[in-house]
Amino acid sequence: MGQGFVSRGFRGRRRPDAEVADRIPPGQYLTRDFPVLSAGPTPRTALDRWDFVVRGDVEAPRRWTWDEFRALPSETVTKDIHCVTKWSKIDTVWEGVSVDTLLDGLETSADYLIAHCDGGYTTNLPLEDVTGGKAWVVFGYDGDALEPEHGGPARLLVPHLYFWKSAKWVRGLELVGEDSPGFWESLGYNNYGDPWLEQRYAGD
Amino acid sequence: MGATETVGGGQAGRLAWRLAEVIEIRDETPRVRTLRIGVPGWRGHKAGQHVDVRLTAEDGYQAQRSYSIASAPESPWIELAIERLDDGEVSPYLAGEVRPGDTLELRGPIGGYFTWTVDDGGPLLLVAGGSGVAPLMAMVRHREAAKRAIPTTVLFSSRSAGEIIFRDELDRLAAVDPSLRTVHTLTRNQPEGWTGFRRRIDAAMLAEVAGPPHPGEGLLAFVCGPTRLVENVATDLLALGHRADRVKTERFGPTGT
Repeated sequence: MGQGFVSRGFRGRRRPDAEVADRIPPGQYLTRDFPVLSAGPTPRTALDRWDFVVRGDVEAPRRWTWDEFRALPSETVTKDIHCVTKWSKIDTVWEGVSVDTLLDGLETSADYLIAHCDGGYTTNLPLEDVTGGKAWVVFGYDGDALEPEHGGPARLLVPHLYFWKSAKWVRGLELVGEDSPGFWESLGYNNYGDPWLEQRYAGD
Repeated sequence: MGATETVGGGQAGRLAWRLAEVIEIRDETPRVRTLRIGVPGWRGHKAGQHVDVRLTAEDGYQAQRSYSIASAPESPWIELAIERLDDGEVSPYLAGEVRPGDTLELRGPIGGYFTWTVDDGGPLLLVAGGSGVAPLMAMVRHREAAKRAIPTTVLFSSRSAGEIIFRDELDRLAAVDPSLRTVHTLTRNQPEGWTGFRRRIDAAMLAEVAGPPHPGEGLLAFVCGPTRLVENVATDLLALGHRADRVKTERFGPTGT
């Protein structure tokens, strides 16, 4: 439905400039703000109680304290991000540890992972979408420490998928053999979430 | 039932774009306008859910935004309360250009977490900032339509008396329903004789309005408004002893320039 449909009198004021137009997925608009979206109160975990674990289908779980995690090799990456609520933000600058580093040398037969977060939030991802330089656990944004309302002390960054997959307040990755939906994925949002295919909701 | 089949249940089947007709327009405040929309084939929603609206210009350019549904699930149409943002793209069209008889393209209902039905019970605390009242109004109207006296408090922050959305309806409902209470705070201007609060919502106000944590599961809070209000209210509710898993939040309003 809708082919050929025109909204009477609508012109559109926010057409992206030509040089960024091909970086904005369908149905998205460019914002310069950094809007916040979350389902409940912002968790605040003290850094001396914070840890990060890789567990599940692994021979031996890995665990880092905050200090150990911050001592891992980190990198600064500049990425475009796309929220399912329609905003996109280009050239965002993050600092964090590549998921490749966290999984380096790990033997696993898992094809998927579940990210676990403070507050009980989870999200599911294919392993191949977080390896090969595609995902990070970030603790810095735009040169500063990542603020709690944006997911600090650390959040996942998987910029090629809708931003709910970049789970805030992440505390661990569970490697699993079979995919199972996380929090928003159980509540009607798409299981994979490719913004370029506009996979917002279940069935898209 | 549409909600559970297509969104809440996570079953396959794409949520289709539908052509819907604007039936009626009401000005709520100088900046907020209600659109009553008839959606052929609409199979209902849950209070708290939203729709995506898609506008298409003659050259094919499209813009999409999400709007919470403000009407009760019991209504045969849906209502959206649109706040006109001066630097916005979609809201000036919906709250300015659109007139009855126009066609809109939309899909929904969407969202399975920030929702409430009378079967979820209470007591309810609904905290709204500005146009964030829209999904909470759907809950109030649903509760009213279902005639269930679930203890409910609406704490509503607006800038000035003239900007209180749904004021008459909220006050009218509360006047005849002893289990519904509405409490207003005005953050910028207060008219002469104003007896409500005169500041941004803070912990002391929440303690006064919501009281101590209830026994058992405690109150069920829905908070919707600008990010700063939502962050502060959610944090304050936890500090007052309310349960994190009973505080549901949704941000609302302008998201950028």
